[in-house]
Amino acid sequence: MVLNWKLGGLLLGLVFFAAVLLVKPIGVSTQFVILNGVVADMVSPDFITKTDEAYTSTNAYMAKSGGKYAGNAANPLNYSFVFVLAMALGAFLSARLRGGIDAAERAAPEIWRANFGDTPVARYAVAFLGGFIVLYGARLAGGCTSGHMMSGMMQTALSGYIFAAGAFAAAIPTAMLMYKKG
Amino acid sequence: MTSILLAIVIGAAFGAVLDRIGATNPNWIGGMLTLRRLHLMKTILLAIGTGSIMMFGGQMLGLVDVGHMSVKAAYVGVFIGGLMLGAGWAASGYCPGTGVCAAASGRKDALFFIAGGLLGAAAYMATYPAWKASGLLDDFAGGKVTLGSVPGASYDGLMAMSGDLLGIVLGAVFVLVAFVLPDSLVGERQSVEVPAE
Repeated sequence: MVLNWKLGGLLLGLVFFAAVLLVKPIGVSTQFVILNGVVADMVSPDFITKTDEAYTSTNAYMAKSGGKYAGNAANPLNYSFVFVLAMALGAFLSARLRGGIDAAERAAPEIWRANFGDTPVARYAVAFLGGFIVLYGARLAGGCTSGHMMSGMMQTALSGYIFAAGAFAAAIPTAMLMYKKG
Repeated sequence: MTSILLAIVIGAAFGAVLDRIGATNPNWIGGMLTLRRLHLMKTILLAIGTGSIMMFGGQMLGLVDVGHMSVKAAYVGVFIGGLMLGAGWAASGYCPGTGVCAAASGRKDALFFIAGGLLGAAAYMATYPAWKASGLLDDFAGGKVTLGSVPGASYDGLMAMSGDLLGIVLGAVFVLVAFVLPDSLVGERQSVEVPAE
């Protein structure tokens, strides 16, 4: 069951406010890079190395800004990474408490089935490709829906408005073309 | 340790709220992005507005540390990346945060989204030097700027006007738009009611 938008919006606003009051604005997409860094460093231990007072990486993106990402990947028990793990836990518990999601919906959402029938494999392929573009774009932009759109516009950041303009300019026509039903 | 505890509490609250407002449900994202069901849009606008009013109001009262603000840089890649994210968001029904939450709530397709996302992030890590060399990551309009000048913030304002007052005014505009936005912007649709879940 979905909350009324007035209550839901107020609760979501409170969470964003609590984050900036107590720590810093919410963001998620960087942690995909951090997880990649953790895995890459396990496979190839030279991926991240410790320098005199910080960390660096053989990957230029991990090494940028004084090795900030490299340092976080070397010590994944930091605020931002744990935040994303906790977010998953919160969603898991919330979904459980409202009775979970039925089997058909778990395989492919209703809107997919309304347009493309019972084609879970095609759905998985689109979700995979979608994930690829979303995270590539989020890293290029320097943030995602949470960091740029919500946290950014809330702080009146110019970048948040630019990002939101780009995201909706592509999202609305894409959705209208793909999902004519449902 | 305190910071880890805060990460757990705020993170869990964020995940639970995303689940309860329908943001982790591709049916609701699809409804919003096709402009057929704007309920979720109203939720998001109200959240940005109330968050903004509370943050800037708290700053003016001295209750919120201005130093907690974190403003991202503006550059051409922000718009290009936004376009890419938008296309993928519409096609899959997930963005990075909601995709992780959807997988945690039991959606199998969201696991494929996460796998694709990790590969996409890795592809960006590999191609970052080319973007950097292209100049598309270079700051414009001052880079890390807010629309107004926020007193005490380490970020410049695009305009000289008071940034915290502007933040409250814009926050009020977001709230107002949330209220006046209709439930749907597209005429009658084939009535497929979105199931509760």
